[in-house]
Amino acid sequence: MNMMPADLRAVYALLLREIKIYFREKERIISILVSPLLFLFVMGRGLSGHSPIAGINYQQFIFPGILCMVILFTAITYGLYIIWDKRLDFLKEVLAAPISRGTLFFGKSLGGMVGAVMESLILLVIGAIFVLPLGPAKILTAFILSVPFSFIMANIGLSIVARMNSMEGFGLVMSFLTWPMFIFGGALFDLSKAGPWLRLAAYLDPFAYCVDLMRWVMFGWGAFPLTLDLTAVVFFCLVSAAWGVFSFGSLQQTR
Amino acid sequence: MSRLLTLSAIETNGLAKQFGKIMAVDRIDLTVSKGEVFALLGPNGAGKTTFINMLCTLIKPTGGWARVAGHDIVHESLAVRKNIGIVFQEPSLDDLLTARENLCLHCMLYGVPQPETGARIERMLAIVGLDARADDLVRTYSGGMRRRLEIARGLIHTPRILFLDEPTLGLDPASRQAVWSYIQELKAAAKTTIVLTTHYMEEADRLSDRVAIIANGRIKEIGTCEELKNKVGGDMVILKGRIEPEAFAGLDFVKETLREQSGLRLTVREAPRHLKTILDRCPQVEEVRVRRVTLDDVFLKFTGSPMPGENSG
Ligand SMILES: Nc1ncnc2c1ncn2[C@@H]1O[C@H](COP(=O)(O)OP(=O)(O)OP(=O)(O)O)[C@@H](O)[C@H]1O
Ligand SMILES: [Mg+2]
Repeated sequence: MNMMPADLRAVYALLLREIKIYFREKERIISILVSPLLFLFVMGRGLSGHSPIAGINYQQFIFPGILCMVILFTAITYGLYIIWDKRLDFLKEVLAAPISRGTLFFGKSLGGMVGAVMESLILLVIGAIFVLPLGPAKILTAFILSVPFSFIMANIGLSIVARMNSMEGFGLVMSFLTWPMFIFGGALFDLSKAGPWLRLAAYLDPFAYCVDLMRWVMFGWGAFPLTLDLTAVVFFCLVSAAWGVFSFGSLQQTR
Repeated sequence: MSRLLTLSAIETNGLAKQFGKIMAVDRIDLTVSKGEVFALLGPNGAGKTTFINMLCTLIKPTGGWARVAGHDIVHESLAVRKNIGIVFQEPSLDDLLTARENLCLHCMLYGVPQPETGARIERMLAIVGLDARADDLVRTYSGGMRRRLEIARGLIHTPRILFLDEPTLGLDPASRQAVWSYIQELKAAAKTTIVLTTHYMEEADRLSDRVAIIANGRIKEIGTCEELKNKVGGDMVILKGRIEPEAFAGLDFVKETLREQSGLRLTVREAPRHLKTILDRCPQVEEVRVRRVTLDDVFLKFTGSPMPGENSG
């Protein structure tokens, strides 16, 4: 246990790197927000879909889901960026460092959270101004929730990428994991009225609980029971972290 | 436990790595003592980098075992990593950070005490001559500048065992000199064990206590530079002109004759003493040069290729 401070310092170092890089790449900060904003303003207004909650229109109804979408896409894309590290440069340096793979994983995971939390904060402010008026308490709660949500998604991205060696895998993960997670998560529709198969898929989807919990915060309404959402989020935090530590354990230098 | 048994910094036994059909490292047994500077020489694809990567715990061996600083590279990889520093052959800098940030991050990862970090960074930047560009992003650096930063980074945490994979590749002569003298200083003052690979024989000759010549994943020859040179012979006598090797038949001090474009190259024991005899045998000679055997000659002899070329499997 006398190693603890060194490990914490290493995690802090990795985190610091991500923060520095994040604020240096301003174009990325903006570009990541483009598709969620299109969803929110074009589909939200244009589709005039159905909202199950009285007094809440469709655009407002999908806002919590879009907020979670930003987290999902930012955090998973971030995880996938490690392939770049792997192929080009920096991962080698970190792999040779005297830190355990678990420490490396948490450093990277926290790093991924920073980006996702920042992006969701920007969208939260935009949404609170233009879409759904929210009080300070709700904004704060939503912001706090974005932390564990980002953690889960970053862990998933990192765990998958630890086994991949090429950038081709990037597209596969996006089409077979990220988009299905988003679609089945019920960000754009009411899961409580969905068919049994759709509901089953949603039960397996960590993203669905994030969206639902966010709806509980903003509307006091959810498709799942509140306790189920909370339990599921805690569960997925733990499982995804364990998965990540495990996958990073066998991480090797590749070309 | 194992540290009591061994005084050596590195010990490998039948260490092997196979990539598919290619035997990149083929059962290498090697012991490097503490404080020794050891050079690995060999043609491209000989397996030098693979060997080093295994010792640094970056890839797992497919056979044999190795201890670095007394720790097993597979089962105690973290303990191994706590004792080593490495300069990679291939770039491994963080392009998106500045030189100073790269060094700072490295110090944090390697547990350099916080109060010392600043001073060490300044010192290393000065040694590799990057102080003026320290706050520019690495992606704006030239190839040689990156190389210098990589070296600074590998050395900054004063590891007990240092791996340098072609450290001075692409450096200008002045930077190379600076790096060499710093390595010599490390050896003298800090008793650092250093394993380096290089294609510059002069570098190996100057820095290392012992060298090993590797080809096709196996050690062909190992010893001090002097020992290896003596194995090749004493001196080189280079003769220009139309001379046939048969002219020197029966001379026991002529160990080898080799035809070259414009003449003949002899490997001769104690050349100065026998020079007259040699010249008597070839009156038609146009030009004569005598020089000591260099490590280049050793390399050529034991790798059997005049030009380090592709050599796989
Ligand atoms: N990741 C890998 N996958 C497959 N083959 C590999 C891999 N890494 C190395 N090899 C093969 O192993 C052999 C040894 O390569 P290595 O990089 O160790 O050579 P080297 O001695 O460092 O050469 P150089 O002087 O060019 O740096 C080569 O034949 C190479 O093709
Ligand atoms: Mg190499």
